[in-house]
Amino acid sequence: MSQPESAVADAQAGGRSAQEPLAKLAKRYGLRRAIARPRFHVYLRQLWERRHFMMTYATSRNVSKYSSSALGQLWQVLTPLLNAAIYFVMFGLILGGAKGIENYPVFLLTGMFVFTYTQRSVTAGAKSISGNLSLIRALHFPRAALPLAYTIQELQQLGISMGVLLLIVVWSEPPTLLWLLIPVVLALQSLFNVGASLVMARVGSNMRDMNQLLPFIMRTWLYASGVFFSIQDKVVDGAHLPQWVANVMYLNPAASYIEVMRDILMPQDHNPPAFAMAGCVFWALFALVFGFWYFWRAEERYGRG
Amino acid sequence: MAELTEELSQVKGEEPGVATSKDVRVYPNPEPTGHKPVDAPTGTPTVVVDDLHIVYRVYSASSDHEKGNAVSALVRMLKRQGRPQMKEVHAVKGVSFVAYHGDAIGIVGRNGSGKSTLLRAIAGLLPPHAGAVYTDGQPSLLGVNAALMRELTGERNIVLGCYAMGMTPAEVKEKYQEIVDFSGIDDFVQLPMSTYSSGMGARLRFAISSAKTHDVLLIDEALATGDREFRKKSQERIKQIRESAGTVFLVSHDHKVIEETCNRVIWLHKGKIKMDGDPKEVMTAYNKG
Repeated sequence: MSQPESAVADAQAGGRSAQEPLAKLAKRYGLRRAIARPRFHVYLRQLWERRHFMMTYATSRNVSKYSSSALGQLWQVLTPLLNAAIYFVMFGLILGGAKGIENYPVFLLTGMFVFTYTQRSVTAGAKSISGNLSLIRALHFPRAALPLAYTIQELQQLGISMGVLLLIVVWSEPPTLLWLLIPVVLALQSLFNVGASLVMARVGSNMRDMNQLLPFIMRTWLYASGVFFSIQDKVVDGAHLPQWVANVMYLNPAASYIEVMRDILMPQDHNPPAFAMAGCVFWALFALVFGFWYFWRAEERYGRG
Repeated sequence: MAELTEELSQVKGEEPGVATSKDVRVYPNPEPTGHKPVDAPTGTPTVVVDDLHIVYRVYSASSDHEKGNAVSALVRMLKRQGRPQMKEVHAVKGVSFVAYHGDAIGIVGRNGSGKSTLLRAIAGLLPPHAGAVYTDGQPSLLGVNAALMRELTGERNIVLGCYAMGMTPAEVKEKYQEIVDFSGIDDFVQLPMSTYSSGMGARLRFAISSAKTHDVLLIDEALATGDREFRKKSQERIKQIRESAGTVFLVSHDHKVIEETCNRVIWLHKGKIKMDGDPKEVMTAYNKG
């Protein structure tokens, strides 16, 4: 389109033999493309080298989030507590969701906190590239560091929420050896969240409307995951739908993690489907592998916006 | 939003009255004109820019003559017109040149002529729409502003900025005191950056960005800000960095800086190279045009 001009510039570039194409010249001196996607394993290694940046970035964002409020970091504990109180009043007392479910507060809070972790990671991941263009256009680093840092930030938040939850649980259900499994399930869920937020980061980077659409997708997911009701009770026993509908709902990643976590925290009162734990492992591995691969494929294009 | 705008202006280096003001002369010993501060090019290309095109996508609120309400948006959708808010800005239109080891290249041009965009493309931060940039090693842009957070203390920002530039914990530890000393902000390092005066903020940002060494270095002008004394100090630091780097690109509106430090000047006009050559010649033509 601007051939004449660039031809002039070519002639002025000087110092090289007549009409050698620039690409050839670059090759002759072993220059590489300034923006190129590294091989996948190199990419992962570069990402590992940036782990300190990710951790510091996540912590910094958490610290700065509440720095303007008077109560400061206390909000990290207050937010989940207030949320828990609202959910309990809303779904437990007013809507009567507690019917037929033993120990409804623990049932509800477990579902809510576990779901919120995934929801927030995915939502944050979707904004991690599109909301950080100035950073991407200024510094060099594997772009996956951003969605990862956002997930780490959510994990730090979840740590506090889980502390609150366990305090409430201890009140009604004595701790058992099963509690040792809590970190394992959370680790699996974190892997899933990392993968999901990587996928959403790429989708969000070129689909601007994703940020408007996400709240609705998230709400649908929330209702489909049995956060404040028992899927088996409502779908099969209540609505008389075939068993496979409930099974499909139980197979969704959020429901898998919620069901397993409920099984750990309230072993007497809750019976998750047998395949829930397998679902947790499958979703973690699948999302992680696919997420990294999918995100990496567009690595060199994230700066364009 | 205001913060974002501020940050962008810092990145682009278009703070009003900083580098462009004519009556502020802070360079103590103007070197004789025609002096080449760096070694003559040795003939090894370090950066090859081959017919580069950069297209930005800009999402903005609709302008005055377009109605921004839902009905008109729906009508546009039905008529299958594109979103008016999304504009494509063709910032760099077919630029080609070769930079050699030892070159210090000044890039001049009006606001919006594509200078900063070209630098970002050379640094490999903006993907080309067409054409390519080939480099030796990893060119880096001098500037870390976008990674810093205003609500955090200077202390935390130093650590965050250093990690963002890719330092290891050991390097951060080693450089920390040096950065604090150079910025001269003393006890303010314990306070959030939002409490800093604009000069102090600029000093700290410069101190962090210049703490790392680079092969191919890209400098966007507004780095040398702050008070008189600090500008002197930062000019000195830029000079050091420039001498240790293989190839330097410098974007500036300050003609004196360009003439003093560069052995070659590229004049960009509306995304195309208008002139490329000896600083004196190009600058004379640029001042006339």
